[in-house]
Amino acid sequence: MIKTFCKTQVEVNVSEDGYLEDMSQWNKEIAHEIADEIGIELTDKHFEVINYLREKAAAKEALTIRKVGKSGIVTIKELYQLFPKGPLKFSSKIAGIPKPTSCI
Amino acid sequence: MKRLLILGAGTSGTMMANHLVSKLPKNDWKITIVDQYKTHYYQPGFLFLPFDIYTTKQVKKNGKKFIPKKVEYIQKKIELIQPEANKVELEGGEILNYDILIVATGTKIAPAETEGMDGPMWHKNIFDFYTYEGAKALRNKLREWKGGKLVVHITEMPIKCPVAPLEFAFLADSYFKNKGMRDKVDITYVTPLGGAFTKPKATETLHYLLEEKNIKEVTDFSIERVDYENNKIIDYADTEVEYDLLVTVPTNMGDELIEKSGMGDDLNFIPTNKATLQTNDYENIFAIGDATNLPASKAGSVAHFEAEILTENILRYINGEPLKEEFDGHANCFIETGNGKALLIDFNYTHEPVEGSFPFPHVGPLSLLKESRTNHMGKMAFRWIYWNMLIKGIHIPFVSATMSEKGKHFETIEK
Repeated sequence: MIKTFCKTQVEVNVSEDGYLEDMSQWNKEIAHEIADEIGIELTDKHFEVINYLREKAAAKEALTIRKVGKSGIVTIKELYQLFPKGPLKFSSKIAGIPKPTSCI
Repeated sequence: MKRLLILGAGTSGTMMANHLVSKLPKNDWKITIVDQYKTHYYQPGFLFLPFDIYTTKQVKKNGKKFIPKKVEYIQKKIELIQPEANKVELEGGEILNYDILIVATGTKIAPAETEGMDGPMWHKNIFDFYTYEGAKALRNKLREWKGGKLVVHITEMPIKCPVAPLEFAFLADSYFKNKGMRDKVDITYVTPLGGAFTKPKATETLHYLLEEKNIKEVTDFSIERVDYENNKIIDYADTEVEYDLLVTVPTNMGDELIEKSGMGDDLNFIPTNKATLQTNDYENIFAIGDATNLPASKAGSVAHFEAEILTENILRYINGEPLKEEFDGHANCFIETGNGKALLIDFNYTHEPVEGSFPFPHVGPLSLLKESRTNHMGKMAFRWIYWNMLIKGIHIPFVSATMSEKGKHFETIEK
């Protein structure tokens, strides 16, 4: 599925539920647009988390809420405050990385 | 004489000892297995113990009985693995050298990871059923419980046997119906996942079961703490769920031995190649069953399929041949749905549970992803299979280690 971001006018490939399929197509403007759709206003703290997630995703490390909580960047509680109702799902979506798969 | 050392004599370790004893050249190899506990538990039975369906005697046996005589069995606590030195230290300072190591130390519940969980109300009105002690204490509680809010809860993934908590909720529905007190019990299922089943397609297909049994659902609930004074669980988003009786599956973690030995991830599971079962960091160390970080279910059926492939890979490793990249994450689970019925699901890393028949294409007799009495009989018969075939490493006829796609309706529940 191809999605066009209105403000930046870039076309990117996204999954059925809106996650970027190629994390290299991501940029900060896209992050802001996805965050707007979800209803989150991004701050520097959000970007610290986003950069951490992108770094780990690039290294092919599996991400969990527990892992982000131990990253030293945010506690789990703060992660929930930054990305209410979807700490890992929303942060991953905004970070342009695949949907977290914790379900086995 | 070379030594193959197995750590842990649970389902996986016992199966490996039985598989390898007849396959390793006797003159060159000695097999040793170490476990600190005397008792081997039939862990799937812990689901039935709280409801008085199984007795305590039916779920435990002396572990030594299942270890082949030609295998050296040491009942001691394992203190440390020194992977660089090919040594394992046991309690009392005894050192075992090894040429090949198989780690099968499983997973444990870690209620202390959640604030308030294993406090003063642990095993009073907060229970687990993933340990023998927990399941037995819960049985005693249920026998006299007068009703109220029953909350069945999963703390975080991954957990051993991911469908067990749901089965618990289904069986609880039956149990209270049979006692004539279902109207006095309010059942709520609370999960950190987006749906009741761990696989999205099964969730869609089987959602009716929850509605039919009047089980309420709270999803995406990531617990922060148990407020044991006010009987409620609270998540990071400040959602609260009240309980009178909390049956929880605490965080599951690998053995602390793995952490002490510096070999685990943040949950003490060992990074392992998901197709060969060789650990990522050491070529002469293999891991099997719940101890690994594989993205497969932590379940006996998975361990059983892994054992067949690991046996072959150990022989290949000894002969200096390339390892077979064959394990596909195959899992095969019965799901008790209550009232003498069960479902069967069969899936792997890439295929979600689908409808169809098992193990014979189009014949069955077991049906996949559909409730039936035959499936329930299968689950009940499995206890016999476990003690008499599975852990003894006897191949279960017609059930292959990798998943078969025959007789399964892969298209029927595609969106």
